[in-house]
Amino acid sequence: MVDHEMWGSTPARGRTDRLVAAVVWLAATVVTAVFLWILADLLRHGAGQISWTFLTAAPASAGRAGGIGPILVSTAWILAVCLAVALPLGLGTAVLLAELTSAEDAFGRLVRRSLDVLAGVPSIVFGLFGNALFCVYLGLGFSILSGGLTLACMVLPILIRSAEEGLRAVPDEYRLGGAALGLSRGKILLHLLLPAAVPGLIVGVVLGFGRAIAETAALIFTSGYVDRMPGSVHDSGRALSIHIYDLGVNIPGGETNAYATALVLVAILLLTNTAASLLGDRLRGRHAES
Amino acid sequence: MTRTILSLASLSLATLAALLLVTAGCRPASSSQSASRLVLTGSSTVAPLAAEIGKRFEASSGIRVDVQTGGSSRGLADARQGLADIGMASRALEAGEEDLASFTIARDGICVIVHRDNPVARLSDAQVVEIFTGRIADWGAVGGAPGPVTVVNKAEGRSTLELFLKHFGIDNRQVRASVVIGDNEQGIKTVAGQAGAVGYVSIGAAEHAAARGVPIKLLPMRSVAATTANVRGGRYPLARPLNLVTLGEPKEPARRFIDFARSEAVHDLVEDLSLVPALESLAAGEASRPSPTES
Amino acid sequence: MSTARRPSGRSRQWTSDRLLVWTLRGCGVLTGAVVALIAVFLVVESFGALSGVGLLRFFSDPSWHPSAGAAEGTFNLVPMLLGTLLTAAGAVLVATPLGLFSALFCRVYAPTAVARPYRRLIELLAGIPSVVYGFWGLVVLVPLIARFRPPGASLLAGVLILALMILPTIALAADAALSGVPRRYLRGAAALGLGRWATLSGVALPAARSGIATGVILAAGRALGETMAVLMVCGNVVEMPASVFDPVRTLTANIALEMAYAVGDHRSALFVSGLFLLVLVSGLVLAAESIERRKVVG
Repeated sequence: MVDHEMWGSTPARGRTDRLVAAVVWLAATVVTAVFLWILADLLRHGAGQISWTFLTAAPASAGRAGGIGPILVSTAWILAVCLAVALPLGLGTAVLLAELTSAEDAFGRLVRRSLDVLAGVPSIVFGLFGNALFCVYLGLGFSILSGGLTLACMVLPILIRSAEEGLRAVPDEYRLGGAALGLSRGKILLHLLLPAAVPGLIVGVVLGFGRAIAETAALIFTSGYVDRMPGSVHDSGRALSIHIYDLGVNIPGGETNAYATALVLVAILLLTNTAASLLGDRLRGRHAES
Repeated sequence: MTRTILSLASLSLATLAALLLVTAGCRPASSSQSASRLVLTGSSTVAPLAAEIGKRFEASSGIRVDVQTGGSSRGLADARQGLADIGMASRALEAGEEDLASFTIARDGICVIVHRDNPVARLSDAQVVEIFTGRIADWGAVGGAPGPVTVVNKAEGRSTLELFLKHFGIDNRQVRASVVIGDNEQGIKTVAGQAGAVGYVSIGAAEHAAARGVPIKLLPMRSVAATTANVRGGRYPLARPLNLVTLGEPKEPARRFIDFARSEAVHDLVEDLSLVPALESLAAGEASRPSPTES
Repeated sequence: MSTARRPSGRSRQWTSDRLLVWTLRGCGVLTGAVVALIAVFLVVESFGALSGVGLLRFFSDPSWHPSAGAAEGTFNLVPMLLGTLLTAAGAVLVATPLGLFSALFCRVYAPTAVARPYRRLIELLAGIPSVVYGFWGLVVLVPLIARFRPPGASLLAGVLILALMILPTIALAADAALSGVPRRYLRGAAALGLGRWATLSGVALPAARSGIATGVILAAGRALGETMAVLMVCGNVVEMPASVFDPVRTLTANIALEMAYAVGDHRSALFVSGLFLLVLVSGLVLAAESIERRKVVG
């Protein structure tokens, strides 16, 4: 917070300064209050519901009663499919962009540009695309596979950006040293660069995981909303976010369990985001040292 | 560390390859051909019943039954394209749909619902039309407590919407809605949440919800009370069949499921959902289709 | 990137290196092609409606009643296009000052002990899924608005929920942009004896302008593309809203609401709405990029 000390030295004087300060404090208070309101609501209505039984039992009476066991399992499967596909592809592309293409390289620029656009594509458009390609054209139907593959397309930009940053943060001495030892590019990559870039890669995975688990719109038309325990990746499976949507919108009397499910989802996300930012801090810290 | 990375990388690449293979491999074998799984899609009115029947069917046969809601026209389209083994439709088949075979598993009606606290006890057909076309915008005009009417309409493509509008002779373009919803359950939930709301849903879904204490009221239509009993007796003016639909004659195991869904073994499930079992009102010819040759 | 990053191997390893490079290129081609693939699929699936209905009718038809097919149905997307633009614009208008003040609060006004937890809180807000915002809006905000002006599900509800969702994007971007303002600018301002607000408005904010603008544009993109939250709180009636208390339907909500039920030309028309969205958002992303590039050059 060096910056903060810097600002501390600018004097606050006059009516305008006091007025602006008041407005800024007010804005911050409003934002904090709304956040606490949401969190308090979730806790008040949802926390009492959460128990081991809730986390493991199957939903009953269209979700009004029972738990979210099969929904957690479906969510995990969808995420597993998503990461299994997105990880190798994303890692490969990140290595390509960070190590093998220069800033002037037309191909690299093209890939980077298209990834930027991909990052902005609305999730419902991913849903349309996934429905048309995976469900209908490839004949996978409403299935965990379709949902996971759609999400994989969606998280690629995040994964690649973090992995690329991780790789770029590896000091050039590694590359030069490896080259001086006569190692091949592949060896340098596998033995030197990737291990050094692991924290960045993990941050990317965590962020991609967070984006994927929060997603709803891309899944409605791809993984469907069968709320049963999936038997294979070809079965339709309902993700946590879709369960919240369905309980909130379609089920009279579903609010309590919707609150509880939302609380579970938010808790998972807070955990992963905190883990990511802690890792990110450590990553930056390490480079500050080196 | 290096080894871990190496093995992780090769593992994920292998997974990717495997997934691609699986994806390519199951292109011809879409859900329709699987012998151990049935996919049903379509009408959100039929879906809760089909899901309950599916659970019981699964317990006795070991065949997994997956039910997805998506509207009658979707059910017909999916059955046609082979995306679903069986489509669900909450209306009878129309001209131009002869390529499909339909099997009635229950009957149901459509009724107008308002909030339980709304003092309005009945609406004439003309009043319903005027409310939905926006000419009456205040409950005071139809004998209720003064206050704005919140018209809950359904989104395009749902057969409940089509049947309701056809019955009242309203063009959907004339409807002045305040809220547009999807499924029956969402309609019930929206009306239950607003004292001034009026909507129309499946009698079965509404009766079922009202019995569970959801604050809604079913209004009579042309002085006939909106009850399952009146649908059963054929007195209710806006009734419809709930159908299972297949492309051509059903194959195994869809055939077994359809037979099961029309048998007496599921009447309690039908009645639990405030619907009317089909066999009571079934044409004799349809009930005695030749049994399939393949096992 | 300098050539130092590309150490060249000896000829013995040439083959394996080439294999590696081509594998990686393959990955690059695949990921780069996803956007193109999405565009291709949207165009192919839209084709039925675009050829049968024609692009013009998406703007000139009297209403949106597509289920009757190309011949008899009507396909006016304008109210939904407007709904999308209004909700997004409203959200940006509400969220930009709040986000900017939040960033100033973190960087300038709050004591360190408060600034750090506040920034963490903004990050947490960014992590809350849209369906949770939508659900909260549905059970808390909509009934609250309905108490004053029924039905409650309205443009206003959509704007407020979206503003809450994009606020963190703006705040974090503005925070990063402010941290990038060169120290010497601030020292210079201090040397001139400028007050705090004078320094901010005259020196720091103009210097951080392009970073803040990029953040706002990206936030606008997020607001345009958001589906679940607006679907749950906006009422989804296809009409030009006369006031903020009237319901609206956005392009995204239109897809989510009708896709499961749509067949034929109706389904195809929904892909056309998807295409519109893709074009809108791509335009925004490229605009944000060009601002960034100008900053690098300038």
